[in-house]
Amino acid sequence: MAGLEDLYREIILDHYRSPRNRGELPVPPARKLEGFNPLCGDEIVLYLETDDAEGTVSDIRIGGQGCSISQASSSMMGAAVRGKTVAEARKLIRAFKALMSIHESRLEGDGDGEDLAAELEGVRLGDLEALQGVVKFPVRIKCATLAWNTLAQGLDEEQATS
Amino acid sequence: MSTIHAPGPLARLRTDFPILDRRVNGKRLVYLDSAATAQKPQAVLDALDDYYTQHNANVHRGVYTLAEEATAAYEEARAKTARFVGAPMPREVIFTRSTTEATNLVAHAWGRSTLAAGDVVVLTHMEHHANIVPWHMLAAERGVELRWIPLTADGHLDLTDLPRLLEGAKLLAVTAVSNVLGTINDIAPLAEAAHAAGALVLVDAAQAAPHLTIDVNALGADFLAFSGHKMLGPTGIGALWARRELLEAMPPFLGGGEMISDVRLDGFTCAELPWKFEAGTPPIAEAVGLGAAIDYLNSVGMDAVRAHELSLTTYAVASLGERFGDRFRVHGPADPVERSGVLSFEFATSQGDSVHPHDIAQVLDSEGVCVRAGHHCAKPLMRVLGVTATARASFYVYNDEDDIDALGDALGAVEKMFG
Repeated sequence: MAGLEDLYREIILDHYRSPRNRGELPVPPARKLEGFNPLCGDEIVLYLETDDAEGTVSDIRIGGQGCSISQASSSMMGAAVRGKTVAEARKLIRAFKALMSIHESRLEGDGDGEDLAAELEGVRLGDLEALQGVVKFPVRIKCATLAWNTLAQGLDEEQATS
Repeated sequence: MSTIHAPGPLARLRTDFPILDRRVNGKRLVYLDSAATAQKPQAVLDALDDYYTQHNANVHRGVYTLAEEATAAYEEARAKTARFVGAPMPREVIFTRSTTEATNLVAHAWGRSTLAAGDVVVLTHMEHHANIVPWHMLAAERGVELRWIPLTADGHLDLTDLPRLLEGAKLLAVTAVSNVLGTINDIAPLAEAAHAAGALVLVDAAQAAPHLTIDVNALGADFLAFSGHKMLGPTGIGALWARRELLEAMPPFLGGGEMISDVRLDGFTCAELPWKFEAGTPPIAEAVGLGAAIDYLNSVGMDAVRAHELSLTTYAVASLGERFGDRFRVHGPADPVERSGVLSFEFATSQGDSVHPHDIAQVLDSEGVCVRAGHHCAKPLMRVLGVTATARASFYVYNDEDDIDALGDALGAVEKMFG
């Protein structure tokens, strides 16, 4: 069993205590998305604004309630994708989910994360790497991926309507 | 803390539960999640082992010795289950997989044959999803109207509007004990009011049957659902008790083997009760295990079970309150007499920051203490409480004051991590 210090890294607790990009954006132009973790009741409300001309995530705000892992993950995600191109954001989502997918992918039958290296190649996760310890606590992976799944859904909706 | 309370009379029972000898994360296992599922005494494990090593055969089919033994053991378990809830006759007890399957059986077989658009089913804000979603499904399919009994601030049912809510109702479906608040509902007067309004009464006894003496007649229930695994028995076995005339009038639930008396090319005839509602090979070993769990509970005595849990709950509220003050806040009735051994709580650091239930449960686990964190399959109640989740400690016969002291120490570790 991994130690708690693998899970509650200082940078995670920092994002939890002082979440970045907390708040709301006017809808429209922003898009509002809600994500739920049906296992534990965590909720995220994501406000996503994209600049179609530039192809960027021009602004992002995050609300909702959740545990330290889900709150820190969403805070770090917002900081990581804000101002990035949509393509970069998608790549980051894939990389992050690959980082977390060692257990989650079993149900999908797609092996034990051998694509991890391919997905992570050329992607700078930065602070997000602190969340790597979460995979040692399988129950908490869904806490970490909630914000990212919600963002992916938002980008998909954005693409479908633009 | 021992000045507050002497060790409970059932402290010695702990040794009957082999799993409690194991260590978790290098710590003594402190199991405080019995409202989710209970641990099993050696007597239940032995009964399962004995069934599979000595008597295993399908029931109600073979003429050979093993089949007769298996059938007798299965039906003896039914008789024990019936006596345990005060049922007048064993054939009124249907073995199901769980409480959930039992409520679905009622919604499907009774609900779909009885209820039409505009008919009313009354529920409460403290129901478990198992006693909500089947009725939502029926509402969506049949246009049945759902009404809700709200809660008072201290976690009791608010009966102010009961007569209006019951007007024209066909069913009141209510839990006997809240799995979140621990509230023990006074079912008998509720059932009387429901009957006076022409409604039947379904009692969700999942959290009551393991901890309190149940008598279906004293409660005034028409249907009673409960699970084996929360009352020291195996998973995969539950029961529905219903009054015989209701079961006779209801169409079957699942179709297949066992539930028929005849099958022709142009149709079928149902078996008599209770087998009419037990399609397919039933969970035989699990039923036998439930019978052994009931024997165990009877040997302890349900009054002693209740007294032990009341004493533990009283000790927990007092000792944790003394240690953490307002930072340890319990949902539900303040008086332990009004609640079962279920404590859903909020915990805040000395800075006053509320710690998320997941984080509480995670740190507690590292100290060997198992509590549940989440919405407890009661999301409507979570919304009423204004939270998305709670941490929940729940007690049973094998817990003692040491376990509660361990919970207090582990909460100290939570404070250290998040303070």
